[in-house]
Amino acid sequence: MSAAPQIAPAQERTVLVVPGMHCAGCMAKVERGLAELPGVSAARVNLTARQVSVAHDAGVTTPMLVDALGAIGFPAQPRVEELAPPPAAVKPLLAPLGVAGFAAMNVMLLSVSIWSGADGSTRDLFHWLSAAIGVPAIAYAGRVFFASAWGALKHGRTNMDVPISIGVTLATVLSLYETVTGGAEAWFDGTLMLLLFLLAGRALDAAMRDKARAGVDALLRQAAPGALVVGRDGSVEWLAAPQLVVGMVMRVAAGERLAADGEIVSGQTRLDNSLLTGESAPVAAAVGSAVHAGTLNLDGAIDVRVTAAGQGTTLAEIAKLMDASGQARSKYVRIADRASRLYAPAVHTLAALSFAGWMLIGHAGLHHSLVIAIAVLIITCPCALGLAVPVAQVVACGALMKRGIMVKDGSALERLAGVDRVLLDKTGTLTMGRPVPDPAVLDALPANAAAVALALASHSRHPLSRALVEALAARGVVAAELAEVAEEPGQGLRARWHGKAVALRRPGEAAGMATVLDIAGEPAWLIPFADRLRPQADAALAELAALGIEASILSGDNAAAVAEVARQTGLTAQASADPADKREAIARLQAAGRKVLMAGDGLNDGPALAAADASIAPGTASDVGRQAADLVFLGDSLDALPRSVRAARRTMAVVRQNFALAIGYNVLAVPLAMAGKVTPLIAAAAMSLSSLIVIANSLRLVRAAR
Amino acid sequence: MTGLALLIPIALGMGLFGLAAFFWALRTGQFEDMDGAAARILIDEEGDSLP
Repeated sequence: MSAAPQIAPAQERTVLVVPGMHCAGCMAKVERGLAELPGVSAARVNLTARQVSVAHDAGVTTPMLVDALGAIGFPAQPRVEELAPPPAAVKPLLAPLGVAGFAAMNVMLLSVSIWSGADGSTRDLFHWLSAAIGVPAIAYAGRVFFASAWGALKHGRTNMDVPISIGVTLATVLSLYETVTGGAEAWFDGTLMLLLFLLAGRALDAAMRDKARAGVDALLRQAAPGALVVGRDGSVEWLAAPQLVVGMVMRVAAGERLAADGEIVSGQTRLDNSLLTGESAPVAAAVGSAVHAGTLNLDGAIDVRVTAAGQGTTLAEIAKLMDASGQARSKYVRIADRASRLYAPAVHTLAALSFAGWMLIGHAGLHHSLVIAIAVLIITCPCALGLAVPVAQVVACGALMKRGIMVKDGSALERLAGVDRVLLDKTGTLTMGRPVPDPAVLDALPANAAAVALALASHSRHPLSRALVEALAARGVVAAELAEVAEEPGQGLRARWHGKAVALRRPGEAAGMATVLDIAGEPAWLIPFADRLRPQADAALAELAALGIEASILSGDNAAAVAEVARQTGLTAQASADPADKREAIARLQAAGRKVLMAGDGLNDGPALAAADASIAPGTASDVGRQAADLVFLGDSLDALPRSVRAARRTMAVVRQNFALAIGYNVLAVPLAMAGKVTPLIAAAAMSLSSLIVIANSLRLVRAAR
Repeated sequence: MTGLALLIPIALGMGLFGLAAFFWALRTGQFEDMDGAAARILIDEEGDSLP
């Protein structure tokens, strides 16, 4: 993103995504760690995008950089180019905002002197100066609104920008006329202030979307980005996912995800398909088995011949379903647009009526009637109305983000507030989606056995070992000192501890996931693993019920596994649902008039997430899941669901209050304007005051996410 | 009134200077990484002498 100017063009530049950075210390570690590598000339972190841009010689490869970062404790991924963030929404608004701010301040300064009594040639001079600053500034800063209004009018529609554009244009033209004819009043100040406030609202809205998208993109870019490809001559080379071609053989180590669909040509292992199908039990695979992109390799290294890559994978099938699913969502009309559909005609009618009234009944003359009509247009310009929605949503999203919940855009909060039904996927959403060692067994482990288990497990990248390390480290266990550690892929780890042989191995024929801890001369410990409910699942479900939201499980897993979780949570469940079934279940509920929230994580949930009125996915979800969901929550706790619903409802309550405030202001000000009693000073003061009140009211949402 | 002839150009000039500075900042990517800029000030220089 940021083109660091110090990077010489002759070198190569690699952008890596490092999601783990979040402070100055991390930045320094990453930049220094990379700069110390031979062949690397510069590294520059962009903390907002969680990326680091590295300039290096051609001899330095991406895996070398990733390994170097891994060695200092930062897991990194090369950036997937198709997922590179779209251009920031706020950037094109910053320059108009700056211009409007500059012009509004200077013109206001001149206006204050006119209000305080400057007249004659001084007033004319000030009006000319205001015009010289104001007209180009309005033309430049107003483009945003003119373009949008013109786009709407061309298609025979109207939006909030139409009354704004008409009001701004008329006011500018009339002010110019007043200036040229040496009139007493010009409205450049009010017009510019109006543009300034409206642009500020837009920029806030855009900044919020950019920020949330940056967070989600950082997660998205962690998707399996490539594979080690074995050449005919036995050489091994790392290739990015888009470069994988049918027929290549990729080597997948235990603990890695597959980057493409394929068929196993050597090795045997067990695979975790849960991301793809929702099925939680590992599946055994041997030579000849078909395997899919996104699958996690659990046990041994396998060689896979690619049969479909990129857009040809199972993923692409799901993507097609998702394209067809976004209907309900694209039909949703945002509350601000709904309001402006009523508001715009009302304002135009009022302005036209005051013009006609003063012309016909008041016999005020063309000029005076026009002035009054424009005063009505300016004073009713939806300044506070334009701020009412974005400010409230920005504040609420900021509060949610502090709690680890990322909202992709403001309309998601509006849709979420109306939800009265929630469907939960099982694996990975209601449960952790990864094996967790049985806490009862860990409690029973003697301290030295636990220390040995942690030390052994920390030498392996196997998913069960890593789960064991996490659980034991969380209990405060300190690793024992081991010697001669050796890992045998698919079998386990062996080592010596105080001269005794110790091992962490695969159990003989035990059903389910488990590992056995052997310490010579002591009985062996069997540590079973299982996928467990997320922490606070029960409390979260109870809270959802209290919010009037009925919950049930919608899973692709088999009936027995789903029944077990249904029993634990007391929810009703539908099992063995494929992606199309899930989408239909949602369509049925929507047809019955329910507003559905879908919570899911896997690829198989993608279409359902896109079809539901609102959707939420955990940060550990598949990239498809995170992309399709409106909200993404980090952390393990399911608490995020009721929290975000509560925050969304509070936000909508504040938005409604803001509308009431803005309309109340108009009810007071419009009759004055129509009566011809509003001076530019009063209009400017009233407009600022109503905007400030709306902002202050929205700031109460800082604590919305509690 | 001669005061005005002097003060108004000065006020406008300062405003324009600010605006130009803002545009320069936009164009050179000063707003690319707001979080990073805030955090970067806390990074200790490498190899600084001990107190």
